[in-house]
Amino acid sequence: MSDTAEQSVGMTGAPLGRPAGGPGGPALRVLRIFARQREATVFVVAVALFLYFAIDQGSNFTSKANLVTLFSENAAPIIIIALGEVMLLICGEIDLSVGFVLGFAPYFMHYLTDFYGVPGLLAIFLALLLGVVVGAINGFFTVTVGVPSFITTLGTGFILLGLIDTTSHDEPAAIPADVVGIGKWLEGYSWAWITWAIVLAALFHILLTRTRWGLHTVSVGGNQLGAREAGIHVSRIKYGNFMLTGLLGSLVGLQTMYFTNNIAPTAGQYTLMFYGVTAAVIGGTAMLGGSGTIIGAFFGAILLATLEDGFPLIGVNADTLSIVFGAAILGAMVLNVQLTRLRERGQS
Amino acid sequence: MTSAIPDAAAGPASQGEDVLRAEHVSKSYGVVTALTDVNMRLARGEVLGLIGDNGAGKSTLLKILCGFQPPTSGQIFLDGQPIVLKSVDHARSLGIDAVYQDLALVNQLTVFQNMFLNREVIRWPLVNNRAMRRETRERLDEMGIQIPSVNSLVAQLSGGQRQAIAVARSVFSNPKILLLDEPLAAMGVKEGAIILDLVRRLKAEGNVSIIIIAHNYGQVLEVCDRVNMIQGGRITLDKYSSETSAQELTEIVVAEYRKALAEREQQDRQQSA
Repeated sequence: MSDTAEQSVGMTGAPLGRPAGGPGGPALRVLRIFARQREATVFVVAVALFLYFAIDQGSNFTSKANLVTLFSENAAPIIIIALGEVMLLICGEIDLSVGFVLGFAPYFMHYLTDFYGVPGLLAIFLALLLGVVVGAINGFFTVTVGVPSFITTLGTGFILLGLIDTTSHDEPAAIPADVVGIGKWLEGYSWAWITWAIVLAALFHILLTRTRWGLHTVSVGGNQLGAREAGIHVSRIKYGNFMLTGLLGSLVGLQTMYFTNNIAPTAGQYTLMFYGVTAAVIGGTAMLGGSGTIIGAFFGAILLATLEDGFPLIGVNADTLSIVFGAAILGAMVLNVQLTRLRERGQS
Repeated sequence: MTSAIPDAAAGPASQGEDVLRAEHVSKSYGVVTALTDVNMRLARGEVLGLIGDNGAGKSTLLKILCGFQPPTSGQIFLDGQPIVLKSVDHARSLGIDAVYQDLALVNQLTVFQNMFLNREVIRWPLVNNRAMRRETRERLDEMGIQIPSVNSLVAQLSGGQRQAIAVARSVFSNPKILLLDEPLAAMGVKEGAIILDLVRRLKAEGNVSIIIIAHNYGQVLEVCDRVNMIQGGRITLDKYSSETSAQELTEIVVAEYRKALAEREQQDRQQSA
C-alpha cells in the first residue's frame, strides 16, 4: 500500500511542479502558449513581417494595388496549391507534378475549344477533370503499383511538361473567346483570387478537421497499419487526396491564365509547387505524415507572399531576392523546429 | 487470491460450454516447428492466461486464433463448430478480436477520435464530435478507465492508458472473444493495474471470453480463471488458478531451463569426447 501511495504522489507532483519550477519567466511562458498551437508560430512571423513592411514602406506597401498583388497574385495560388499538398503530406505522400497540371490545364482547354469545337463551359469542366485524372494516375503508380510518390509525380510532372512544350511548340496562346466571360468569376475582380483561396481554405479546414475523410487522412499518415486494421481503405484515401490536389492544380492553372490574360508554357512548374509545399511545412505540416493544419499552411503562404512582395520594395533586387528568400525559409524552418521541440518538451 | 471460478464443477477436461477450442493444432515454418499437437479450450466467460518463455509458441498460437495465419494442421472450433479463419477481418466478423502490442491507435488523434476510428458518428457531412465525446466518456467511465480527457491526444497518454484505450475500443464492437497479446509488457505496477482492473470488470460483466498472454505469473493468477503453460510448442500445464501458484509455475519453468542446460552440457561432453 505504501508503495502505491508514494508512487501516486510522485506522479501527480511532477507535472504540477514543472511549470512553477521550469526555466524562464513570463516571456517564455507566453512563447510556450504560442508554441503549443502549431499555427501560432507562422501566424506571428507573417504578421510581424507584414507590419515591418507596412511601417518601413508606408503607402508603397499598403496601397490597394500592392495588396492586391500580395494577396491575389502572390498568396492565393500558393494557398490553393498548399491545400492539396497539406492533405497529401498528412497521409504520407507528396505531389511534385501539380505545377505542370497547372500549366497544361489551360492548354488542354484551349485545344478543346479552338481545335475540337467543345463549348467553353464544358471545356473548362474537362480541364478541371484533367487534374483529377492526373491525380488518379499519380495514385495508381503510388498506391497500386507501389512507386514512392516523390518518384511517381516527378515522372508524371516531366511527362506533362513534355506535353505542354510539344503541343504548344513553346508558344503562348490567347484565351479562347468562348471562355473569357467566365473568367471574371475565376479571376476578373481584384480580390477574386484571394477570395477563392480563403473560401477553399475554410472548406479544406473543415474537411480535414471535421469529416471522416480528414480523420482518415490523419490516420493513414499517423499509423498506416493501424488504419488498415481499423478497416480504413488506405488506398482510397491516398487516391482521393492525389485527385483533390490535381483538381486544385487545374483550378489554379485556369486562374493564372485569366490573371496573366494569356496561356503561357512557363506557368506554374516547380516553383509554385515548392512554394505550396514550403507553405505547408512552415505552417507545421510534418513531412513524414500524420499531422498538419490548413490554417498553418494558409499563413505560411501569406508569409512567403509577403517576402516575395516586400523585399523588392525595400530595394532587394531580383537577383539577390532568391538568396534572401532561401535564407528566410531556412530561418523560418529553424524557428519552427525549435518551437516544435519546446512544444514536445512541454507535453512530455 | 480473489479470483473466483464461474464453473468450478467443470474440470479442465470439460468441453461442454467451450466458446473456442483448438484441437491437435501444429504449426511449422519450414523445418522449424513452433507448435506441436496443441489442444486448448476457452470456456464461455472465462479468462485464460497463456504463459511460457519467449519463443515457446504463445504468439504463434494467438496469431492462429485471430486469423493472422493458418495452422499447418489441426482444427479450430468456435461454439463447437469447426471453422477456418481466413483473415483477421474474417475472425473479427465472427467475434474474435485481438489487441496487439502495436495497438493500432493513431497517436496524432484524440482519445475519442481513436475510440470511433472508422465507426464515426456522422451528422452529414460532418462528424458529430459532441456525440462521440459523450459516448466515449460514458464508456470509459463504465469500464473504469481514467484518462486526463477524451480530448487528449493519444500521444500524450501513458503506456497503460493507451493499452486500456485499445482494449476499450475492441470491447466497443462487442467481441465474443478477446485476445490480448502481452498487455502488461513493459508496464509498471500502477500501469498494469489499469489493465488488470479492466479485465476483471469485463469478466464480471461476463459477455466476453478472454485469452491473455503474459509474463508475470503473479498478475496472471490474479485475473485469470485458468492458466495454460506452453513449453517448446506444447501445452505442458493446464490448471485452474486456484490450484496452482506463482511459485509452482516458476519452478516448472526453472526446472525446464535446468533440464535444457543439462542436456546441452551432455551434448557438449559427447561432442568433445
